[in-house]
Amino acid sequence: MRNRLWWPLLALVALLLLNLVFTPSFFALRLQDGHLFGSLVDILRNGAPTLLIALGMTLVIATRGIDLSVGAVAAIAGAVTCTHIATTGDAVGGMALALGLCLVLGLWNGFLVSVLGIQPIIATLVLMTAGRGMAMLMTEGQIITVNNALFRQVGAGFLVLPIAILISLAALAGVALLTRRTALGMLVESVGVNPEASRLAGVRSRTIIWTVYVFSAFCAGVAGLMIASNVTAADANSAGLWIEMDAILAVVIGGTSLAGGRYSLTGTLIGALVIQTLTTTVYTIGVPPETTLVFKAAVVIAVCLLQSPRVTGTLRRPAGPAAPPVAAQPQEVGAR
Amino acid sequence: MTEHAAPVVDLRGITVAFPGVKALDSVDFRLFPGEVHALLGENGAGKSTLIKALTGVHALDAGEIRLAGVPVSFHGPAQAQDAGISTVYQEVNLCTNLSVAENILLGREPRRFGAIDGRAMRARATELLTRIGLHIDPGSALGSHPIAVQQLVAIARAVAVDARVLILDEPTSSLDAGEVAELFRIMRVLRDSGVAILFVSHFLDQVYEIADRLTVLRNGTLVNEYATTEVSRLELVRAMIGRELGVLDEVERRTERRTPDATPLLRAERLGRTGAIAPFDLELHPGEVVGVAGLLGSGRTELARLLFGADRADTGHVVFDGRPLRLRNPRSAIAKGIAFTSEDRKAEGLVADLTVRDNLILAMQAARGWARQVPRRTADELVEKYVAALDIRPADPDAVVGTLSGGNQQKVLLARWLVTRPRLLILDEPTRGIDVGAKAQIQKMVADLAAEGMAVVFISAELEEVVRVSDRVVVLRDRQKIGELSGADVGVDDVLALIATEAEKVVHT
Repeated sequence: MRNRLWWPLLALVALLLLNLVFTPSFFALRLQDGHLFGSLVDILRNGAPTLLIALGMTLVIATRGIDLSVGAVAAIAGAVTCTHIATTGDAVGGMALALGLCLVLGLWNGFLVSVLGIQPIIATLVLMTAGRGMAMLMTEGQIITVNNALFRQVGAGFLVLPIAILISLAALAGVALLTRRTALGMLVESVGVNPEASRLAGVRSRTIIWTVYVFSAFCAGVAGLMIASNVTAADANSAGLWIEMDAILAVVIGGTSLAGGRYSLTGTLIGALVIQTLTTTVYTIGVPPETTLVFKAAVVIAVCLLQSPRVTGTLRRPAGPAAPPVAAQPQEVGAR
Repeated sequence: MTEHAAPVVDLRGITVAFPGVKALDSVDFRLFPGEVHALLGENGAGKSTLIKALTGVHALDAGEIRLAGVPVSFHGPAQAQDAGISTVYQEVNLCTNLSVAENILLGREPRRFGAIDGRAMRARATELLTRIGLHIDPGSALGSHPIAVQQLVAIARAVAVDARVLILDEPTSSLDAGEVAELFRIMRVLRDSGVAILFVSHFLDQVYEIADRLTVLRNGTLVNEYATTEVSRLELVRAMIGRELGVLDEVERRTERRTPDATPLLRAERLGRTGAIAPFDLELHPGEVVGVAGLLGSGRTELARLLFGADRADTGHVVFDGRPLRLRNPRSAIAKGIAFTSEDRKAEGLVADLTVRDNLILAMQAARGWARQVPRRTADELVEKYVAALDIRPADPDAVVGTLSGGNQQKVLLARWLVTRPRLLILDEPTRGIDVGAKAQIQKMVADLAAEGMAVVFISAELEEVVRVSDRVVVLRDRQKIGELSGADVGVDDVLALIATEAEKVVHT
C-alpha cells in the first residue's frame, strides 16, 4: 500500500514545491475572522467537489464500472436547488429536492448497469448527455443567480476551514469507516475482481453494483451544491463540466485499477489533491491559458507512467532485457 | 479413401514444450486427401496444441511438417491458410454485424476500380454457399442466423481459399442433432471433393458416424492411429483415458459403504436444460458420495450447475429435504445448504486479488449480508482452523490467494464452503491439476465429510478416482444420464463399458 501511494504523494509534494519556487508566499496561511486563508486553503476548497465525486467514483471503479454522468448530475443538483430557491426562497427544501432527484438518477444508472447489463461507460453516457439537457430545461437556458445565506455556506462558508472540504473529508471518513468496518469493502472488491466467482459464492453482486451507482450520484449531487453555492448561481452549461474526467484521473492516480478490484480511498484523496494542485499551479506559475490542458496532460501521464510496473522495471534496468510480464502484480495502472 | 495415396499432411516427431511441460512429445500424425480424420483425447491430451503446431501458431521444438511431401514451416495461421490449411474454431469468430457475403470474403473482397465490387462479392459468396449446399441470402446479416448456420458460413469461408486441409475444432459442441446432420452432409461433400478434414469432437457417436480414421492422443503423446471400422468403443475409451493406477492406491477405497437413508436429501426429477443436459432423475442421500463419470463434454459440469442453481433448469423440479425447491440462482441453493466448487478455479472460484482470509470467509460473509461483518476474531479462528486442517500453504491468512499453488487454491475454495457447514457439497473436478499429495488429502476429506453425514457429489474426469471415492456412480454420455452403478464391486471397467455402450442399446433410466 505504501509503495503504491509513494509516486502520487511524491508528485503532490513536487507540485507544491514548484509553486513555492514561483510564489514564495505559497505556503503562507493567515487567520482572519476565524477563517483560514492562503493558497493551500484555496486548493482544499476548490478541490472539495472533485474529491467528493472521486470518492463515489472510486467505489464504482472498484466494481469494474465507471460513471461518466457525475458532471451532469452535479449540474442538475445545482439547477434544481437554485430554481427552487429562486421561486420559494427555501434553501433546505431545495437541497433536499436536489439530492432526492440525484438518488433517483443514481438508481437509473444502477438499473441500466446491474439489471439490464449495459456496459457502464455506455449506460452512464446516456445520463451524461441527457442530464445536462435536463439541467438546461430546468433553468430555461439561463444562469439562475440566488442570494441565500444558508445555501452560500455549503460552497463558500468557513468553520476555520472551508465547509466544502469539511463535508468532503467527512464523507471520505464515513465511507472509509463504512466499507472497512462492515464487509461492504471486501464484497465490492470481490465483485470487481471476479463477478462470476462472487455470484457463485452467493454475493449479491447486483445489489452491490446498484448501490455504488446510487452513492456516486449522491456524491455528485452534493458536489453540485458546492459548485453552485460557491458561485451563488446555477449554470447548467458549465457547472461540473469535465469534472468526471478529473474524478476518474484522481482515482487512477490514487492507484485504483480501472480493471476493478482493490481500491484505495487514501489514494483517491491524494489523487484529487494532485489534480487540484495542478490546476492551481497552472494559474500561479503563469502557464499560458492555451497550453493549460497540455501541461495538465503531461503531468498526469508522468504520474501514471511512474506507477506502471513495466515502466519502473525498465527504468531500473535500462540496459537489461525487457522486464518479465508482471503476472503476480495485483495492481496495474489502468490508463496506459 | 485409399490407403496408398500419399498423405497431404505428414507430421513426424512433433514436440512442443511450454515452460515446465512438454505439451506434445514426439507425435506422428498423418492426414490423407479425401478422408475425415478424428483427433481424440481428454483435456490436456494435446489436441489443440497439435492443431496449433500444424497451423503455425506454436513453434516446433522438434519434428517436421510435410505438406504434400514438401517440408514446410509456418510462422502463423495466415501462412498456413495460404498453403491451403484452413481452420474453423469452436467459437465462431466472424463478425456478426457484417453480411454473410462480407464474412465469407473478408480480406479478399473482389475489387473493381479499387472499390469493393458488391455484385461480384454476392455472386462469389452465393457460389461458395451453393458448393456446401447452404441456401441463405448472402446479403443478410450474419448475426440474424443461428449459431449452427454461422458455423457453416465459417466453413464456407474456410473452403473459399481452395483449402486442401480443413480443420474443424469441436464444431458440433453447440449444435443440435439436426444441425449436426447438416454439418456432416457438408463434410461428406467436401471430403468427396478431395479435401482432407481433421475433426475434433468429444462425441463418440459422431466420431463413429463421420470419421474414416482416428488418432488418439493422451498426455501429449500419440497412443495410436486406428481405422474407425477396426476399433471398438471400449478400446477407444480405454485408449483415451488410460490407466494411471498405482500412485493413488495409498488412499484406501472406502471399505465401509453406508447404506443410505431411505429419504433422500435431494431428489431431482426430469431436471434438464436445453443444450446443456437432457432431463435426468437423481437422488442424493446424506452420508453418501455420488460420483459423476463421463467423458469430456458429456454434461458433468452442466449437471452440477443445475443442482446449484448456477444455471436455471428449463424442465423438471427439485425436492430438497422433502420440500420443493426452486433453484433460481446460487443464493437460493446456498440458503438451503448446497455448496458448489467450480472446475474452473480461476474464473469461477477464487477472487485472485484478495487474501486467503477474504476468500475463505467470502461465502459465509455473502450469506450474512454486508452489514454483519464476520468478526475479525471469528474469521481468524476459522482461517487458522481450516489452514491447519487442510494443510494450506503458506499458512499465511494475508497471502494473496492468486499466488498460491493450484492445490492450495483448491483447498481454500473447499474451505470457503466447509465454513458454511453445507448439507450437500458438489465438487466439480476438485483434484484437477493438483499434485498427488494434495489429491489424496482431498479424497480423504471427502470420505470424512460423508462419514459425518454430508451428501457429496464428486465429479472427476479420472474414472479411477470417481470409482474409488464414490458409493454410487452416475454415468453420463453425450449430455445424457445413461445409467447408475452402485455396489462395492463397481470398477473402472464397468463404467467404461457403460460409456462405450452403443446409443441404441442404452436403457434410459
